[in-house]
Amino acid sequence: MSRFQGTDSYVATEDLRVAVNAAITLERPLLIKGEPGTGKTVLAREVANALGRDLIEWHIKSTTKAQQGLYEYDAVSRLRDSQLGESKVHDISNYIKRGKLWEAFEAPKPPVLLIDEIDKADIEFPNDLLLELDRMEFHVYETGQSVSAKVRPAVIITSNNEKELPDAFLRRCFFHYIRFPDPDTMAAIVEVHYPGIKKTLLSEALSMFFEVREVPGLKKKPSTSELLDWIKLLLAEDMTPGQLKERDAKNILPPLHGALLKNEQDVHMFERLAFLSRRDGR
Amino acid sequence: MFVPFFLELRKAKVPVSLMEYLTLLEVMAKGLAEYDVEKFYYLSRATLVKDERNIDKFDRVFGQVFKGLEGNLDGVESSAALIPEEWLKKLAERHLTPEEMAQIQSLGGFEKLMETLKKRLEEQKERHQGGSKWIGTAGTSPFGAYGYNPEGIRIGQDRSRHRRAVKVWDKREFKNYDDSVEIGTRTIKVALRRLRRFAREGAATELDLPGTIRATAHQGGLLDLKMRPERHNKVKVLLLLDVGGSMDDHVRLVEELFSAARGEFKHFEHFYFHNCPYEALWKDNRRREGDIVPTHQVLRTFGPDWKLVMVGDASMSPYEIAYAGGAVEHWNEEAGSVWMHRLADAYPSLAWINPVPKSSWSYTSSIGMIERLTEGRMFPLTLEGLDLAMQNLNR
Ligand SMILES: Nc1ncnc2c1ncn2[C@@H]1O[C@H](COP(=O)(O)OP(=O)(O)OP(=O)(O)O)[C@@H](O)[C@H]1O
Ligand SMILES: [Mg+2]
Repeated sequence: MSRFQGTDSYVATEDLRVAVNAAITLERPLLIKGEPGTGKTVLAREVANALGRDLIEWHIKSTTKAQQGLYEYDAVSRLRDSQLGESKVHDISNYIKRGKLWEAFEAPKPPVLLIDEIDKADIEFPNDLLLELDRMEFHVYETGQSVSAKVRPAVIITSNNEKELPDAFLRRCFFHYIRFPDPDTMAAIVEVHYPGIKKTLLSEALSMFFEVREVPGLKKKPSTSELLDWIKLLLAEDMTPGQLKERDAKNILPPLHGALLKNEQDVHMFERLAFLSRRDGR
Repeated sequence: MFVPFFLELRKAKVPVSLMEYLTLLEVMAKGLAEYDVEKFYYLSRATLVKDERNIDKFDRVFGQVFKGLEGNLDGVESSAALIPEEWLKKLAERHLTPEEMAQIQSLGGFEKLMETLKKRLEEQKERHQGGSKWIGTAGTSPFGAYGYNPEGIRIGQDRSRHRRAVKVWDKREFKNYDDSVEIGTRTIKVALRRLRRFAREGAATELDLPGTIRATAHQGGLLDLKMRPERHNKVKVLLLLDVGGSMDDHVRLVEELFSAARGEFKHFEHFYFHNCPYEALWKDNRRREGDIVPTHQVLRTFGPDWKLVMVGDASMSPYEIAYAGGAVEHWNEEAGSVWMHRLADAYPSLAWINPVPKSSWSYTSSIGMIERLTEGRMFPLTLEGLDLAMQNLNR
């Protein structure tokens, strides 16, 4: 079986690769947690690409119910059709809407199924899916039909830690926590997005980025996405490493900081810092 | 084999179950570790730990059980594997949940478990002949009755032996995720999420009656049901904060935490006190003179359905709690304890969050006094403590 090694658009550290491959080999779900912007959501697509599988995405909202992943029975339309005397009303399967799990189970080739942000849903949600994810089958009561996976899809589940997940659910998963990338990994990530970026520019931008993240009291620390956006701007503006470095006390904010600091308060705080350092005559 | 590892993890309060242990054996049997120590570490971590808060505990146990793994392979045998059966059995009984013991019983008891393990191990052995071995073959075994031989674990070939100066698990990169440590700027986000969770309860849907009527009318009388998520911020929080002491930074942290979560509460109010609440509280922590609100008025204004959260180090002279006139800054007609009783009577849901590390509480007698006045509902300022406090408030 082919192993996941990262792709040319995604940097996977060894711990992540090991976890992904364990989950794929044993055909159990992989639960991914981590700070915002650490590549949890895109991982599923990258795994699908690397292994030549299709990706089925199920994005969870606070109102999403487990049953919707299996199927939904639209009783209201059926009732309406019956009032209108439509003939399709006699076949109940016309009102059964397939969910993402159903889609994944019936796929001819085992796809990758992404269940994104499972913690958004009700606390009962993961428990309600236990059996279906375990056995990869379920029953459609309305039609008496039973749906089971011909081949088990690879399941990747992400969580932002908004809710604790039930133990019984966790026991069935492999788990990986993506830590915020260290500077080397971050450099590699930038390079897959902007191949050929000048080393000097990259290292200058990175040290500035990590400096900004270290400033205490930031409301929203910039993450990988912000860094990538910022670098895109730097490249578009043809910024040289020298220009980037050219910061004096008066100009403590990095150039084009709008991409890095999205929060008004954070920008103000930087300006205040600039004022203080000017006053102290640094 | 890995049994001692498993048991040590449970002893260190990493909640591993039998199911996960068996998964680890399965993973090993598939050869996913590729004789690489680091891969074995990552694999066992991904299999056995399901919460980043426990990774640091896991790292410590791993380092201890597989001591000398990279440098000297022989060291492993002495440290990890040679454990007498009786002791193991007792340990297992002590460390497995009743549920798991029942599961083992249904599998045919402990012997059966050991046999299962043995079978798995043998499968491994067949698969990995030659090269380095996961299971040794020499030596006498204390598990003789079960016929397998946990001489030790041999992991790693030369290539991993010298690869890194510091082992990954010794770097303790997940130290900051362990929630028995104090809440700081790094953990405040997590704390906030927990707090929000406390403010919400299950997101049920309810019938949107006006919406349904509108939609049905629009459809010319054909029924068109509309649903909407239930609104559920019902929680009202009254926060009293101790200011003006050495713990101000910590107190401010809690204040920020609750203010950040205020949108999730139905109502949120906060007042300040110094050391111990008396007849007056104040609204602005800088202008203590003006802005005074009589405590009686607070008690009258906010009913018993409010949840009272008090934050302070509870560290003061016992007089400040026990005697009229004991307060440091003014003359109090009634003792602090009287006011604490009034608050506790008025608010059945109450928690006191104390930034002083729990291990030091017993050194300060006033902490014990306040703890008794809150009927034991004092919690340390850690994620875990905050969780407990919130659980308590939700009762
Ligand atoms: N390891 C990586 N290699 C390549 N690109 C990455 C990596 N990690 C993050 N990125 C990039 O960062 C951006 C954010 O990734 P993604 O949306 O998957 O994050 P997330 O963890 O799901 O965030 P959130 O918690 O906000 O949902 C994407 O543009 C992605 O391409
Ligand atoms: Mg995401």
